[in-house]
Formats: sequence, structure tokens, C-alpha cells
Amino acid sequence: MAKNKKPTFLSVFLNGLIFENPTFALMLGMCPTLAITIAGSNGLGMGLATTAVLVCSNLLISILRNVIPDKVRIPAFIVVIASFVTMIDLLLKAYIPALSASLGMYIPLIVVNCIIFARAESFAFKNPPVLSIADGLGMGLGFTFAITLLSCIRELIGAGKLFGVEVIRLVLEAGTNWINATFNLELVAPVYQPMAIMTQVPGGFVTLGILLILVNAISNAAKKKAAAKEVQA
Amino acid sequence: MNTYMTILIGSLLVNNFVMNKFLGICPFLGVSKKFDTALGMGMAVTFVMTAASFVTWIVNEFLLLPFDLAYMQTIAYILVIAVLVQIVEMALKKLSPSLYQALGVYLPLITTNCAVLGVAILNTDEGYNLLESTFNGFCAALGFTLAMLLFACIREKLSLAKMPKWMDGFPGALITAGLMAIAFQGFGGLI
Repeated sequence: MAKNKKPTFLSVFLNGLIFENPTFALMLGMCPTLAITIAGSNGLGMGLATTAVLVCSNLLISILRNVIPDKVRIPAFIVVIASFVTMIDLLLKAYIPALSASLGMYIPLIVVNCIIFARAESFAFKNPPVLSIADGLGMGLGFTFAITLLSCIRELIGAGKLFGVEVIRLVLEAGTNWINATFNLELVAPVYQPMAIMTQVPGGFVTLGILLILVNAISNAAKKKAAAKEVQA
Repeated sequence: MNTYMTILIGSLLVNNFVMNKFLGICPFLGVSKKFDTALGMGMAVTFVMTAASFVTWIVNEFLLLPFDLAYMQTIAYILVIAVLVQIVEMALKKLSPSLYQALGVYLPLITTNCAVLGVAILNTDEGYNLLESTFNGFCAALGFTLAMLLFACIREKLSLAKMPKWMDGFPGALITAGLMAIAFQGFGGLI
């Protein structure tokens, strides 16, 4: 990987998005990951809100990194992050009230999302502003991707919907109609019984666990392949 | 008296912070490998959450509301919590250095434990008075500690079992937590 090379905007961005994905690789920000991922739109909204806060706070902390004394850096980070979260909270309340209502108290809780804190401490405080924006974008979008995926899986199995559209029912009906039309039958479309537990608490834990197993399996396979290539060469 | 009973059962079991509200998941997964550290973490969080409920109520009632500063809630609350955590950290360093070592990086991270800020915001949303707020903070923290201790017991046993390689660590822990959450759902009808 590009560890010896000088970090560029793209390498830092991709690092956050894929190699060090905050959810799958670093296991940060678990609370919102599990709590609000019951509908695709929730996941996307939460992810983008977090990304916005992360980019802004990374930028500001990076600009101020030579001004903030080392000893009081943690309170300083908290104040910066909390200010941006308050702005996002008020903006969402004003312009997207539906999303604001469905995310509820989890919006102010972005303040205590470990991802933002961890990136401020381990990246923005040590790197120039442009790279910090790249890191914020990469990490934020990586997080958005992960929680949107998780929400879609849970919504699909738990409610039979995808972003509020009843996908499974539509597919089943369309399929039955097609069969009826081609074979001249009069079948009734089967009814999908949603597994409600997937949108409840246990479903969150178990879905994330299974996703992590898949991610581990894929990254292990990739590592093995890379090792085999090195042996050959 | 009735209100307090409802708060006790509600926060401890029915609306358990970890098992029902997904608050405080980071320490729940991070410091639950050993029973002793889980107990220490639980006690530290209990103190911070109870104190935070008390102080944030006062801040909200006498500072934010009279001066029409309700939109500053998040910032004010998180600062109160950060100060409290700093106090706990200094006290633990003096009183119990071994526990201080064991908790490691998770001690300053109590600041970013969503359970603490979560309980403060919930208290304000529910409109509890000073005593109810403090009691709710204490009960919610006990619920957090209970869930964490149970989970730590299971994980201590689980570490002896032979698990498939791809399930070891976080994935296994998450699925265990999922099964525990199903058990906690059984309390659903109590209130």
C-alpha cells in the first residue's frame, strides 16, 4: 500500500473510504451505526450529517492546530465539534423536519460519535487543512456507505421496503403477473411476511456481526492473494 | 413514589440503555473482556451519569432557560460532562492506580460515551425535576452496568470456547449481544 509515499488528497480519501473504513475496520461510531439503521433514508441522512460535521471540524481543527495548546486540546475539540453539530441540528430542524424527527436525539449525539473525535485527535491535529478535508470526506463517506448498507439490509428484511418503497411486494406481484401472462395461469402473488426483529434491537447487533464476518472473510482472502503473489515474485 | 418505581424498572430493564437504546455501545464492546474492568468501568460511568444528570438539570434550569439559550444545550452539556470525567480521572489516578491502568484509554472516552450525553438530553426531553433527573441518571447507569457485567461474564466463558477464526472477536461479540438483546426484549411488557 501507499505507506512510504507522500500522502496525497486521493490516497488519504481512499484510505478513509476503504482501507480504514471507520465502521468495518476501525469499529468506531457504533452507537448511531446500530441505533438509527432501521430505514435506508435514516442511514443516508445520518451518514451525510456526520460527514458534514466531520469535514468542518477536521478543517477548523487543522487550521487551529498550531494555536491550540496540547494540554487543552480535548476540550477545544469538543467545543468545535459541538458547535458544528448544533448548526447541523438547527439546519435539519428548519429544512428537513421529517429526517430530524426520525433521527431524534441521535443528532445531538453526533457530538459524541467517536469517529469525529478520533479523526480530530489522530489526523486533523497533525496534518495540513487540505489533507484533513480529504480525510474527513473519506472517513465520512466510508461511514455513510457502511450505515446505508446496514440500513438497507435491515429495512429490506425487516419491513420489506427499500427507502420507503415496498420493493419485495412490487417484485413478487410483478413476477406473478408475468408468470400469469406467459403461462395463462391465475396465481395469487405470495405475501411477504416481514421479519420484524430485524428492525428491532437484536437485528441490529446480529446484522452488523454477520456483515463483519463477510468483511473479514473478504479482506483475509485479499491478504492471502497478495501474500501468494509476493511469494511468486 | 409511583414515578420513581416506573423510572427504576423503565431505565434499568425495559428501556435499558445498551440493550434497547443503543447508547454506550463503544465501552460495552470495548471494555467487556474481563469482569473486573467491566465492573470498574460500570462504577465510573455510574458516578459520571448520576452527577451529570444532576448538574445538567441545574445548568438547564438556571442558565439556559432564563437566558433563552436552549439552542446551546449540546455544547453546555458536553462541557459539563467533560469536566466531570476529568474529575473522575484525577480521583481514580490517586485512589486506584491499577483500575486506572486497566481502563486505559476508555476512561477519557467516557466523555464521548453517548450514554452520558444521552441521559442528560433524555432528562430534559422528559421534563423531569431535579430529583427525578438524578434518579433516572443513576438507574440508567445501573442498567448500563448490569448489561455490561452480564456481557462480560458471557465473554469470559466464550474466550475459552473454540470459535471459528472468522467469528473470533467483534463479530462473535456482536452476535452474542444480539442474543442478549432478545432476552432483554422479554421485559418489554413490564410497564
